[in-house]
Amino acid sequence: MYVYDEFDRTFLMERVAEFRDQVERRLSGALNEEEFKPLRLMNGVYLQLHAYMLRVCIPYGTLSSRQLRALAAVARKYDRGYGHFTTRQNIQFNWIKLAELPDAMADLAEVGIHGLQTSGNCIRNTTTDPWAGAAADEVADPRLYAEVIRQWSTLHPEFTYLPRKFKIAITAAKHDRAAIRVHDVGLRLHKRDGKTGFEVIVGGGLGRSPFIGKTIRDFLPEEDLLSYLEAILRTYNLGGRRDNIYKARIKIQVHEVGTEEFARRVEAEWAEIRDGALKLDDAALDAIRDRFANPDLEALEDGPAELAAALADPAFARWHANSVAPHKTRGHAIVTLSLKPVGAPPGDATADQMDAIADLADQYAYGEIRVAHEQNLTLPYVRQKDLPALWEKLKAIGVATPNVGLVTDIIACPGLDYCSLANARSIPIAQKLTERFSDDARITDIGRLHVNISGCINACGHHHVGHIGILGVEKKDEEFFQITLGGKGNSKARLGELIGPAVPESEIVDVVERLVETYLDLRTSPAETFIAAVERLGLDPFKERAYASR
Amino acid sequence: MPLVKNGAPAEDPFVAVADDAPLPDGPALISAARLLAEDAALAGRNGPLGVVWPNSRDVAELAPFLPRLDLVALEFPKFRDGRAYSQARLLRERHGFKGELRAVGNVLRDQVLLMLRAGFDAFAFDKDADAAAFGAAASTYSVFYQPTGDGRTTARDARRALAKAGG
Repeated sequence: MYVYDEFDRTFLMERVAEFRDQVERRLSGALNEEEFKPLRLMNGVYLQLHAYMLRVCIPYGTLSSRQLRALAAVARKYDRGYGHFTTRQNIQFNWIKLAELPDAMADLAEVGIHGLQTSGNCIRNTTTDPWAGAAADEVADPRLYAEVIRQWSTLHPEFTYLPRKFKIAITAAKHDRAAIRVHDVGLRLHKRDGKTGFEVIVGGGLGRSPFIGKTIRDFLPEEDLLSYLEAILRTYNLGGRRDNIYKARIKIQVHEVGTEEFARRVEAEWAEIRDGALKLDDAALDAIRDRFANPDLEALEDGPAELAAALADPAFARWHANSVAPHKTRGHAIVTLSLKPVGAPPGDATADQMDAIADLADQYAYGEIRVAHEQNLTLPYVRQKDLPALWEKLKAIGVATPNVGLVTDIIACPGLDYCSLANARSIPIAQKLTERFSDDARITDIGRLHVNISGCINACGHHHVGHIGILGVEKKDEEFFQITLGGKGNSKARLGELIGPAVPESEIVDVVERLVETYLDLRTSPAETFIAAVERLGLDPFKERAYASR
Repeated sequence: MPLVKNGAPAEDPFVAVADDAPLPDGPALISAARLLAEDAALAGRNGPLGVVWPNSRDVAELAPFLPRLDLVALEFPKFRDGRAYSQARLLRERHGFKGELRAVGNVLRDQVLLMLRAGFDAFAFDKDADAAAFGAAASTYSVFYQPTGDGRTTARDARRALAKAGG
């Protein structure tokens, strides 16, 4: 992973000092809450229902074991012994005291992490494929470019007070594991005539006005990445709406001026700056590439004897089929750690689990951990022969539930249990669904099925792109849930469609189960996934059954 | 409204003039509408001239007037409205404006460094305390990642220099 140099470290210490001064001014009364709010937000500090929440940035979801231990220590020392991994590849602590925040941040800065730009109307943490650098299907390692963007976007003097927040996602693989088409800017790295470049997609996003992003350039040479991004951001900063917070994202600007006109404006701006100081020559890219300390993986035998023997155990075989993915280096594998055990809030990890995972990463995975936007963790560099031993240890700490990508691998926002914006609770619905679908054989038979839950229209649980999307709404002071079907967040991104009236909390789990049973009854074979069946059959058969007993 | 210019407290010689009021001989600050409407009449005037340019208006329109302007004031109606950062960079880096570039409106200490980097050299603060804290606010950081035309060494330049020196 990228190792900070003295410039990065100095910057971070200066940031900690700046925030400490701002907190002191708040505590002394020199700043009132209204004045303090945007300053704390710029450092990832929210005021939630019960307490201040600290959102810590994990640049493109990559953590060292040392950093994970520091997160565990913060959870233990300043919070209630756990943290919550988010769909933005970040982590949140929900019970931090304002006066202790600067100390918590200073502790994190010791290992090179911070809360900078995890909130506010700025360029947020750039997200990418959690399998970057390891995936068998990638063209190049997207983390290099994510790091280039991280540096360029860090406290950007022009783009810190944008109309609204701005999220960039980048992928370099055939399968889009970063949901680039539902981001403000999506970048798909590909090669043309031996040159590396990007397809540039703008104006995607979820929230209350969901849009799939539009391609404004098929191939942008890599040396032009930053000047082109600067042209997009400038076009947005000057022309995006500021009269209505709900219409201020770039997706609305692109929608209102039209994709062609938006692209024309970006290209015109870019023509003025493309040969300027932002040009990424080889030396500039190499300087950052050289700071990536990637493990030197030795090609080993695929399917070693240790693995073959362990596969005789059906429980291991089930986990292996579910949670282990092919690696680009022979004899290695990518392992996903499910943070979705039965009955628990999706994405939570205790301090003890974090410490144990850090130790396992050191022992088996070159000390590197990734956070996936599905709110799971990934060990990207595991030797296949170590898989059986690793599995035993993951099981012991409760992160080997074989449900990755299955119905209980639920993405959920924090909901009304924590969030001041929510209409409904998300976590208890997720917990009840995992209890209803607690049988491993049953969920394996159901197969790939993404369930996404958002506690309000802001869509932090990405319900629009869930195969089954659940949206909490309030009706006469009661929590109700709308259901959408057929959403997808991948390279063929599509928004789910509403199937009918919202159902009360007491019925939502039954309705989801009936949708699943409808699929099981109607699928042509187990090879036809839930989403494929929805696409073939349309909504009607699902609608009928979902509401049948009401 | 305390003014800080080129890093130090300064008196403001400019007098804001209403659109229908006669122009004084001394330094005058006028609206964009007046500048555009009275172009020819203003051309013969000798006293220093400044304009308040709204953040909703393309600065390319202002470009032809720049050689005759001593001051351009860009507006921050709320500090969260960041359009003037882009305008400032365009005026400095694309249109080559060398005169005083003044931030007006909801100008606070916590944005000073961003404004300096965008090309502002004068600040009309809301609060005396913010004006007094200018020096500290301007030196909060020593590491900069973006080339913006303000001449500061970026991390990339510094790394390159270090590599050349064999470090």
